[in-house]
Amino acid sequence: MQRYDNEQARGEQLAVGLGWFSIGLGLAELAAPDVLARFIGLRDTSHTRSILRAYGAREIGTGIAILMQPDNPMWLWSRVGGDALDLASLASAGRHDGADTRRVGAAAAAVAGVTALDVICAQQLSAQQTDGQRVAPSRQTGVQVERVTTISRPIEDVYQFWKNFENFPRFMRHLESVQVTGDRRSHWCATGPAGMRVEWDAETIRDDENEWIAWRSLEGSDVQNSGSVRFTPAPGARGTEVRVQLQYTPPGGAVGRSVAWLFGEEPDQQIHDDLHRFKQLMETGEIPLSEGPGLWRAAQPASNPEEIRRIAGVHR
Amino acid sequence: MKANCWHGKKNIQVDQVPDPKILNPRDAIVRITSTAICGSDLHLYNGFVPTMKSGDVLGHEFMGEVVETGKDVANLKVGDRVVVPFPIACGNCAQCQRELFSLCENSNPNAWMAEKLWGYSPCGIFGYSHLLGGYAGGQAEYARVPFADIGPMKVPDDLDDEQVLFLTDIFPTGYMAADVCGIQPGDIVAVWGCGPVGQFAIKSAYLLGAEKVIAIDRFQYRLRMAAERAGAETLNYEQVDIPEALKEMTGGRGPDHCIDAVGMEGHAPGILGAYDRAKQAMMLETDRPAALRQAILTCRSGGTVSVAGVYSGFVDKFPMGAIVNRSLTIKSGQTHVHRYMRPLLERIQRREIDPGFVITHRMRLDQGPEGYAIFNDKQDECLKVVLKAA
Repeated sequence: MQRYDNEQARGEQLAVGLGWFSIGLGLAELAAPDVLARFIGLRDTSHTRSILRAYGAREIGTGIAILMQPDNPMWLWSRVGGDALDLASLASAGRHDGADTRRVGAAAAAVAGVTALDVICAQQLSAQQTDGQRVAPSRQTGVQVERVTTISRPIEDVYQFWKNFENFPRFMRHLESVQVTGDRRSHWCATGPAGMRVEWDAETIRDDENEWIAWRSLEGSDVQNSGSVRFTPAPGARGTEVRVQLQYTPPGGAVGRSVAWLFGEEPDQQIHDDLHRFKQLMETGEIPLSEGPGLWRAAQPASNPEEIRRIAGVHR
Repeated sequence: MKANCWHGKKNIQVDQVPDPKILNPRDAIVRITSTAICGSDLHLYNGFVPTMKSGDVLGHEFMGEVVETGKDVANLKVGDRVVVPFPIACGNCAQCQRELFSLCENSNPNAWMAEKLWGYSPCGIFGYSHLLGGYAGGQAEYARVPFADIGPMKVPDDLDDEQVLFLTDIFPTGYMAADVCGIQPGDIVAVWGCGPVGQFAIKSAYLLGAEKVIAIDRFQYRLRMAAERAGAETLNYEQVDIPEALKEMTGGRGPDHCIDAVGMEGHAPGILGAYDRAKQAMMLETDRPAALRQAILTCRSGGTVSVAGVYSGFVDKFPMGAIVNRSLTIKSGQTHVHRYMRPLLERIQRREIDPGFVITHRMRLDQGPEGYAIFNDKQDECLKVVLKAA
C-alpha cells in the first residue's frame, strides 16, 4: 500500500493555499500600498509605498511559482525568506516616529503565524522529496489514488457489474458515458475539473475472472490514465473487498489540479465518493438521493427533481 | 405544502415549499397526520448542530398515510397508515443485517461530511442537518420516505396517532437506553434528564425489571411528571447533592446503571458548569457533558453508563480514569428504531404502556415556531409538543 497519495495531497493543498495567499497579499501591496501601510500602522510615505510595491511584486512572483509547482519545496522556502524580510522591515519601521506600534505589533504577529505555516509546508514537501519512494514527483506520474470498500455481495456479482464498463457512469460522478467499442476497447467521456469535457479511448489490459480488471488509455489520449480494480473475499462472509487504483495526468497539469482543489474536487475524495455510490448501487439497487446534497441547497423538496439529480451528479 | 423550516438560531418559520416527489424506486410519499418536536430538535433550534442550511425542513418524528409508492416498494400501498422510524436504513448493508439500523452504510448521501467529523458515517436522518444526509423532515404536510420497503411500519386502526406516534423515536430511544444496560433483578437505575426520552427511559427500565428508578432534573414539574406518570423517585440537582443522595438511596453502592438523557446542552451548577459554557461559547468544546460526567462518577463500580442524549462533537474533562479503574461500560448510539418498533407496538397493544402520557401540548402544524419556543423555554410546563398536520 502506498502512503503516497494522502500525505502528498495534504502538503500540496497547504502549498496551493499559501500560493493564493501570496498572490492576494501581493496584489493588495501593489494596488493599494497607502491603505495597507495605514492598516498595519506604518507611516504612509513615498518610501514606505515603494517598499510595499516591491514586496508585492515579490509575493506575486512566489505565489505564481508555488501554483505552478505546488510540490516543489523551494518556493515555500523562498516564502519563509520573504517572511523574515517582512518581519525585519516591520521591526525597523515600528521604531520610527508616527508608527502605530499596536497595529505594527498585530501585523508582525500575523506574519509570524503565516511564517509558521510556510515552514510546516516547506518541511512537509521537503520530507516527501527525500522519501526514497517519492523521488519522482507527481510531474511524471500524475495523480495516483487507491481506495477500498467492502460490499455485502458475492464476489461474482461485484465482478460482473464492474466488468461491464458501461455501468461506470452510474456511480462515477464525472463520467458521462463509456461505450464498449470492440474487443477490449472502450470509448470514455468525462467532465474534468472546472467543467472541462474530455474523451479518450481505453483498452482492457487485464481481466481475471472474479479477481482483477485493469485498463489504460490508448496512446495519444487527452488524459493519460489507467486503472485497476481487485476483488477479494472479505473475511467471515462479509462480502467482497473492492480495491480501486487510478492514475491520471489531470488536464492543465498542476494548475488544473490547484483549480480542482479550490472547487473541492480532490481526486482521492472523488474516488472515495464514487466507491460509496458503487456500494449503494450494489447493495440497495439505487443511489439514495436527499433533498439537500452537500451544502448546495436547503433540505427541502425541489419543484423539479432533476435539479437534485444534477447537483448530486446522479445520472439515472 | 406547508413546512416548518430552519432559518437560523431560534428562527423557525412556516414556509410554503414544493410537495415532495419520488426520487428513488424505494421511496414512498406520506401525507402526515401527526408529527412531534423532539428534544434533539432543540439542539438544531439553539444552533448547536453544524451543517444546517437556511430553509431546511425540520422534523424526524412523524406518521401518516401513504399516498404514493416508488416502483420497488411492494409491501406498502396507498392508504396504509404508517409510523416512520427517524433513522433511514437500507436493510441490505452489513450493519442493517446486524440490526444496527442507525449505522446503515448506504443511507447518508453526504457521508463524506460525517466522515470528516466522526471518522465514519452513521445513517441518514430526516430533517437533521446535511451532515446526516440533508433529508427534508416531517414537520410538514408531506414527506418523502426513502427505503420505504424497510422503514415504515403499518399500525392498527384501533390505536390512535398519539398512542403510536412516539414509536418513531422517543419511545424506542428511551427503551434502548434501558435495554443496553442489561438490567437484572434488584438493579437500581438513575436517569439524568426528565424530558420525554428520560420519561420513556424510566418507564422502560421498569418494564425491563428494574427495582427502582431515580430521576434527576432541575425542573420541578418534570420531576413531578416522572414521579406521577412514570413512577420514579426524584432528585432536584439544584436542591440536593446528587452523588451523596444517590449513595444514600442505593445503600452506598451507587446506581447499577446510569442513563444520560440530557446530551450536549447539559446544565451544571457551579464552576464546572460555567467552565463548559465558556468553552462552548469560545468553540473550544462543542458539547457540555455535565450530566454525563456525573453519571460516570456516581455509577456503581462495574456498572453501565448508557448515553441516549445527543452529542455532536467533543467534550472536555471526561472522567476516563473512573471508567478504566472502576470497570464501567459505556453504551451509546442513535436508536436502532427498526429493531424496536414491532415489539414496542405489541407492548402498547398489551396495554403495558400508553406512550401518550408525555404529551402536554397539542398544536396545529403551522404553530410549529411557537411550539419550539414553548418547548425550549419550558413554558407552561411543557414536556412534549405534538403538531397535528391533518
